Amino acid sequence: MQYKSQAVAKLYFIAAIALFAGQVLFGLIMGLQYVVGDFLFPAIPFNVARMVHTNLLIVWLLFGFMGGAYYLIPEESETELYSPKLAVALFWIFLVAGALTIVGYLAVPYATLAKITGNDLLETMGREFLEQPLPTKLGIVVVALAFLFNITMTVLKGKKTSISTVLLLGLWGLAVFFLFSFYNPANLVKDKFYWWWVVHLWVEGVWELILGSLLAFVLIKVTGVDREVIEKWLYVIVTLTLVTGIIGTGHHYYWIGTPEYWQWWGSVFSALEPIPFFAMTVFAFNMVNRRRREHPNNAATLWALGTGVMAFLGAGVWGFLHTLAPVNYYTHGTQITAAHGHMAFYGAYAMVVLTMISYAMPVMRGRAANSNRAQVIEMWSFWLMTIAMVFITLFLTAAGILQVWLQRFSSTPISFMQAQDQISLFYWLREGTGVVFLIGLILYIVSFFVGGDEKPAQA
Amino acid sequence: MSGTFTKSMARNIFYGGTVFFFLLFLALSFDTNSALPARDNRANLTPAVEAGKKIWETRNCIGCHTLLGEGAYFAPELGNVYTRRGGDFIKAWIKSQPTGAPGRRQMPQFNLTDKELDDLVAFLKYASEINSAKWPPNVEG
Ligand code: HEM
Ligand code: HEM
Ligand SMILES: [Fe+2]
Repeated sequence: MQYKSQAVAKLYFIAAIALFAGQVLFGLIMGLQYVVGDFLFPAIPFNVARMVHTNLLIVWLLFGFMGGAYYLIPEESETELYSPKLAVALFWIFLVAGALTIVGYLAVPYATLAKITGNDLLETMGREFLEQPLPTKLGIVVVALAFLFNITMTVLKGKKTSISTVLLLGLWGLAVFFLFSFYNPANLVKDKFYWWWVVHLWVEGVWELILGSLLAFVLIKVTGVDREVIEKWLYVIVTLTLVTGIIGTGHHYYWIGTPEYWQWWGSVFSALEPIPFFAMTVFAFNMVNRRRREHPNNAATLWALGTGVMAFLGAGVWGFLHTLAPVNYYTHGTQITAAHGHMAFYGAYAMVVLTMISYAMPVMRGRAANSNRAQVIEMWSFWLMTIAMVFITLFLTAAGILQVWLQRFSSTPISFMQAQDQISLFYWLREGTGVVFLIGLILYIVSFFVGGDEKPAQA
Repeated sequence: MSGTFTKSMARNIFYGGTVFFFLLFLALSFDTNSALPARDNRANLTPAVEAGKKIWETRNCIGCHTLLGEGAYFAPELGNVYTRRGGDFIKAWIKSQPTGAPGRRQMPQFNLTDKELDDLVAFLKYASEINSAKWPPNVEG
């Protein structure tokens, strides 16, 4: 580790992995409720499990991004972090606030939670992914601003590289677009319109800047390729991202009461959104093939390549599948959406955080790379989780195609619940594959505790 | 990428392209905002509808259902449930939950008052009258 203060990232990474495990457990609970409808009812109704699953996902990714930034920024800026103490304090605030929120979801009825947390003052709750009570939302803003202050000050006092600039832009964008979660007009169309300014402009906008810069950083480290080349690629990728992704928001404005010209704008621009993801894959493979050193951390290289491929498949291919308006007319809000959501979130954001952890954690533990044994186990976990996610996506896609056929496309459409009964086989298969994913995750955690011939730290 | 295409060129295209397309997006959003009154059924946005939206949100209905195709995929689309079932059915349905049928997906009992039920139905009626460009394809949602 080049700078002492980078070590704060370790806390963030540990929390991220723990919350990831919680997320997957609740995913499995819901997966079972899909086929055994009364499982854990009324203790944990489906909607509660879903909030826990998706909110833990967002929170662990945020921990991962923040940890990644705390590790990356000092090294790029060639200076210690502006305030390591602030970083540690924010960690505990965020962790406690997050834990209280999850406990709130599970312990009291949602309507009660809304009442006692002041939802009447400013109604922001009860919208997908933005279910957090007002104090939590405010807490997120405060933590985000203090975090941004800390890393921005670090960059300002040190060297400014393209990687840290793109990362800062992405993180600032994340905080700015989150502010739209406070805007919830009674007009449902407007509510939905601006809801996407958080959700879409996050995952298909500013988060991709974070993704690109974390990936570029790790690629420089493990391949030793010239920074000029990697940073040029990074700019090209994020240009393609924002040029296509901003107007691409239109692919959510087809059927929610917005004007029909969005069917054109949304289809054309979002159909181009796979290009930056494709470029990212080519970029990762290209850099690894042109590598100038053999870095002993093979697991990190595998994660970096995997991120490129899986982000392209999940976001690029599965996104394109249902993004054209005439297709989306039938697939909108079906298991096809769920299939895409899973592979895209995993392939792009879960995997880039795991890439960063894979590279940085051994360094923070005083070595260039883990022992071969530990790396082999980590690579097993990579394959188990990744292949499981591919099959989860395939099963949900099959379920979605049948759902569309039975319920929407057929000349004698059957009801939603009847269609769900007909496709339950695929939900069972998804649940079984989810267990394989969990085994992969357990192996991943185990890999941190496996010793052996660790590779000594290098300059 | 050839040697003539430099990093600073890439950076400039990044900033220029982003600003241009963000401004275009703002312009389209502005135009959408002025086109909305003809489509978003705001004439029927009564206090009952507003109260109903709040019931919808504070019971986290979106955690199981979709509304105009957005939300969760565990339970039926409700953007058109008013058209599919009518107000009386909706109220009776909500009051009789959970069904308790073994193995069947369960919906919680929310203990809503008659006024709250009426507000919720008003909200669902309002939602069903938004011009959603002929979506969903049929009444099953
Ligand atoms: C890493 C990037 C991405 C992530 C994490 C992601 C994630 C998601 C998620 C979670 C949803 C469901 C939202 C909801 O609950 O309503 C969604 C919807 C959608 N995504 Fe993506 N996405 C990504 C990239 C893309 C790309 C590149 C495309 C197009 C090429 C795309 C096309 C769509 C479409 C059309 C929908 C709406 C589906 C519907 O109508 O039900 N996504 N995405
Ligand atoms: C491995 C076991 C998992 C299972 C069984 C599972 C199951 C589920 C279920 C049943 C839903 C709700 C679908 C609905 O609304 O009806 C859901 C939603 C979601 N899960 Fe998972 N999940 C798992 C893992 C993951 C992972 C690893 C990620 C991301 C890294 C993830 C991301 C999401 C997202 C983004 C949504 C919202 C999707 C949307 O709105 O379209 N899940 N999951
Ligand atoms: Fe999108």
